[in-house]
Amino acid sequence: MKNLSNEELEKRFQEKIDKDIKIEPNDWMPDAYRKSLIRQISQHAHSEVVGMLPEGNWITRAPNLRRKAVLLAKVQDEAGHGLYLYSACETLGANREQTIDDMHEGKAKYSSIFNYPAVTWADMGAVGWLVDGAAIMNQVALCRTSYGPYARAMVKICKEESFHQRQGYEILTTLCRGTPQQKAMAQDALNRFWWPSLMMFGPSDAESPNSEQSIRWKIKRFTNDELRQQFVDASVPQADILGLTIPDNNLKWNEERQHYDFGEINWDEFWQVLEGNGPCNKERINARKAAKENGEWVRNAALAFAEKRALRKTA
Amino acid sequence: MAKEWPLWEVFIRSKQGLNHKHVGSLRAADSQMALENARDVYTRRSEGISIWVVESNSVHANDPADADAYFEPSDTKIYRHPTFYDVPDGVKHM
Ligand SMILES: [Fe+2]
Ligand SMILES: [Fe+2]
Repeated sequence: MKNLSNEELEKRFQEKIDKDIKIEPNDWMPDAYRKSLIRQISQHAHSEVVGMLPEGNWITRAPNLRRKAVLLAKVQDEAGHGLYLYSACETLGANREQTIDDMHEGKAKYSSIFNYPAVTWADMGAVGWLVDGAAIMNQVALCRTSYGPYARAMVKICKEESFHQRQGYEILTTLCRGTPQQKAMAQDALNRFWWPSLMMFGPSDAESPNSEQSIRWKIKRFTNDELRQQFVDASVPQADILGLTIPDNNLKWNEERQHYDFGEINWDEFWQVLEGNGPCNKERINARKAAKENGEWVRNAALAFAEKRALRKTA
Repeated sequence: MAKEWPLWEVFIRSKQGLNHKHVGSLRAADSQMALENARDVYTRRSEGISIWVVESNSVHANDPADADAYFEPSDTKIYRHPTFYDVPDGVKHM
């Protein structure tokens, strides 16, 4: 096994993938597979962490104690998701702090949805329903991804996510059954979050150069467009029950395809936000940088304290 | 870059009578912080009643590249399994 050529190793690797045998941290893997995973998992981790910012902003403004406790629990879950994913990333030999610095320097991305502001309480509803809903669709598919630690993190995350979408939908249900102003607030949130949520699935398959290889390696199990279609199909009846209108004139059921047809996404906006020109990109990165810099003395102090205590034990 | 907190592997006993099972890893300055962080991230929904944390660099493992040869002795000794033996028809409780 030790003296096999790269070609032979790659062949055996692909055979394992084809047989749905999971790849574990110390197993041989092609460099490009490792790189691809580090990129995807670290971006996923960054998204969980940056995703806490728009909701964290509303914890002290929640309309009652129940909503506040729920939002706090949800945001705490997202912190946990970030941690599971950074840990999975470290099993590939990535340096956690370096991946975080890469995001701060704009070299690594996070989900562009979090560059949109959450300006009303109804946005907490729309974020839970649509943003977590889209994330769940993506993450359920990733539970079968070929890299063991990533798949296990996804299984745990999916279990925890299930209340995130429900609590958001519940917020909107309550608003939609309230005063006309409250219902208008819910509609306004849907208007602003609908299209950015569709963008969460990434560029169309034709514009997604890494997609094909990711599918062959079973890192991804479905393409961006397949997942996006699933999401639209699931969301339309949910909007109907709320009595809200999805802001897309081209949205209609296609009997032949057995799917909803929907309008063209504004890809120019997608690329603009991804390149750093969205409404909140600077604010989000500055908040993350400040958190790292302002917490540094605490991390150093904890380490110094641990070292001192260890010394005292051996003395 | 500042010195990093060490990495810890986390093992959780989900209920009395079951063994501790590896659930993931985290970084912490010392064992006490590792235990508290493990409680906060891995047992938020009553997943555990007991936690072990072990510094990752204390874990030693066999080389997966040699796994076939390494585990070969257990594959070839089929006489370790009860199905290897012929027992006459009609023998009960065996
Ligand atoms: Fe999450
Ligand atoms: Fe979530």
